[in-house]
Amino acid sequence: MNDMRKVERDVDAREVKISARDCQVWYGDNHAIKDVNVDIEEKTVTAFIGPSGCGKSTFLRCLNRMNDMIDNCRIEGTITLDGQDIYDPRVDPVQLRAKVGMVFQKPNPFPKSIYDNIAYGPRIHGLARGKAELDEIVEKSLRRGAIWDEVKDRLDAPGTGLSGGQQQRLCIARAIATQPEVLLMDEPCSALDPIATAQVEELIDELRKDYSVVIVTHSMQQAARVSHKTAFFHLGNLVEYGETGQIFTNPRDPRTESYITGRIG
Amino acid sequence: MSFIPVFVLILLWLALQGPVITAIVMNSLPDGALEGLDSGARQLIQAEISSIAAGNIFGTPEPWKMEAARQLVRLHDISVWALLAITLGLSGALVLFSRRRVSAEFRARHGVERIVSGLMIFCAVVAIFVTLGIIGSLLFETLKFFEKVPFTKFLFGINWEPQIPIREGQVAAAGAFGWVPVILGTMVITVVALVLAVPVGLMSAIYLNEFAPKWFRATAKPLLEILAGVPTVVYGFFAILVVAPVIRDFGQSLGLDVSPNTALAAGGVMGVMLIPFISSFADDALSAVPQALREGALGLGATRAEMMTTVLFPAAIPGIVGGVLLAVSRAIGETMIVVMAAGLMAKMTINPLESVTTVTVQIVTLLIGDTSFDNPKTLAAFALGMMLFIVTLVINVFALRIVRKYREAYD
Ligand SMILES: Nc1ncnc2c1ncn2[C@@H]1O[C@H](COP(=O)(O)OP(=O)(O)OP(=O)(O)O)[C@@H](O)[C@H]1O
Ligand SMILES: [Mg+2]
Repeated sequence: MNDMRKVERDVDAREVKISARDCQVWYGDNHAIKDVNVDIEEKTVTAFIGPSGCGKSTFLRCLNRMNDMIDNCRIEGTITLDGQDIYDPRVDPVQLRAKVGMVFQKPNPFPKSIYDNIAYGPRIHGLARGKAELDEIVEKSLRRGAIWDEVKDRLDAPGTGLSGGQQQRLCIARAIATQPEVLLMDEPCSALDPIATAQVEELIDELRKDYSVVIVTHSMQQAARVSHKTAFFHLGNLVEYGETGQIFTNPRDPRTESYITGRIG
Repeated sequence: MSFIPVFVLILLWLALQGPVITAIVMNSLPDGALEGLDSGARQLIQAEISSIAAGNIFGTPEPWKMEAARQLVRLHDISVWALLAITLGLSGALVLFSRRRVSAEFRARHGVERIVSGLMIFCAVVAIFVTLGIIGSLLFETLKFFEKVPFTKFLFGINWEPQIPIREGQVAAAGAFGWVPVILGTMVITVVALVLAVPVGLMSAIYLNEFAPKWFRATAKPLLEILAGVPTVVYGFFAILVVAPVIRDFGQSLGLDVSPNTALAAGGVMGVMLIPFISSFADDALSAVPQALREGALGLGATRAEMMTTVLFPAAIPGIVGGVLLAVSRAIGETMIVVMAAGLMAKMTINPLESVTTVTVQIVTLLIGDTSFDNPKTLAAFALGMMLFIVTLVINVFALRIVRKYREAYD
């Protein structure tokens, strides 16, 4: 599968963007994440893989404090962004989320027009001065989200009227429009056809020039194609984390090997 | 199950035997006894015969009446014995019949389901017919009213003085039937009620939905629902005994002229009654907004306030508006509180510190006391009822439309 890969994988260590130490998450009594230590590097695509229910989404949501919203969720350990503890009481989760954007597992466009969906982030963060600039951001984001051609004639139509795959790309475009430093994507391609998937992968590859991208995926091929680093989760544990090439060709842990070869999962 | 037919028979028999026997007796009276009598006199004779049959004999009734009474008693006995015999016979036959029918192939469930669904259809039809009947009679009396008072005078007249003489020689006003001041009073009170209920209800719904910890929500919601269960009579005397004096004292201390029955007191208490109504509707509308939408907004770095104003409210507002409109129609139709706390005199005013009257209050007062169904004073109650019905119907239809439309948005 190495011949399909999109990214040059240089082995030089880059700067660490997000770092988690001894991270634990409980939902009530359910210990969903156990002792996870991971360093997510700058300008890198990191893939989270693992069987369903192993805690990939949970861990991803810890990275921009989306779990704050869940009543019975408890988090321990430290997670830092650029060296700053994001669970420090002095950190405003609102500003954190502006820097760490998220695309959710299920598409969730607002019941507003396509234009307003994209313009939502830029508007609340005051990223555009004037209508022309906002138009420009909207167009650029929609183009990068690989959906511009399909919606350019109906920017006033409601975003909820799009197909599932179009909605997901709309949500990706909406997240990019806010210009985050880190983009967390929870299975962004699960509702997309191969062409749109290829376009999104193209986008991810382009985004990593400026941002860190973390992507949860159930597709081994996708992880192999787009990511530099891969983390394998199993039953809440981070089993193995390393260079994507190494994980897929030469896994150290027998569980990783069984998962990749399709024996567990 | 096999006794259902017997039961139905007994019910029908008991319901019908009285009228049938009476008819037989009345028809077999000697010729000429009823000649030249109107229906009232006939009923009088019938009642007399019945009371003789029951053993209450006053004076010396004519012999033909005694004879009729004896016949009545005889027929009655026959009827009871016949019923007993038929009932026993029928039950026996049915038991035998069902014994025969019971076998491995017999599916009793089909029969039972048919009976039950028949029963449900019957109930639904009864409800519909009762409604139609009510509307029909309302319409009928209203049309009679408009024969006596011109429609335009009613609709645009600004004087409401319905105390016209019923009998000759009675001292009363000349009478005027312009409903404008009455509906204006209803509107003033409704507005006062909503001004209180909408913000409070909405805020409490938002707090319960978005901010309150779980335990608080779990205790506060049932408490709010208790508020919805307080009888309106209780609200009514709360209004006259507590709220009205407070408002009056407060107004007088400011040097205002406040009447003892103010629209403010009635409307304010009605507003309290509507709070749980509005907050439960708003709560439903807010919780119907998918969690994913909130997360979407927060995930883009929106604050909670931004999330609410830009995503939550636009999504929930149709449901909230629907709830408010339903509250409006309840406020318009509310009777007990205003009967107790609002005034009786119709006044063209929108000052909530004055006493106003409402459509419902007027209906009540028009029908209390001396009534006869062919004078405009009584008929006016039906016209008012009809107008009230139309207004609330329009509002309800409108509200349900809105509520339904927003339900479709996420399903
Ligand atoms: N909101 C929640 N409340 C309680 N438990 C939860 C919640 N979300 C997830 N969990 C539990 O946490 C565990 C991990 O769930 P998570 O959604 O992170 O899995 P996942 O790896 O993303 O799975 P998938 O690949 O199916 O999306 C599961 O056991 C799940 O039941
Ligand atoms: Mg998941």
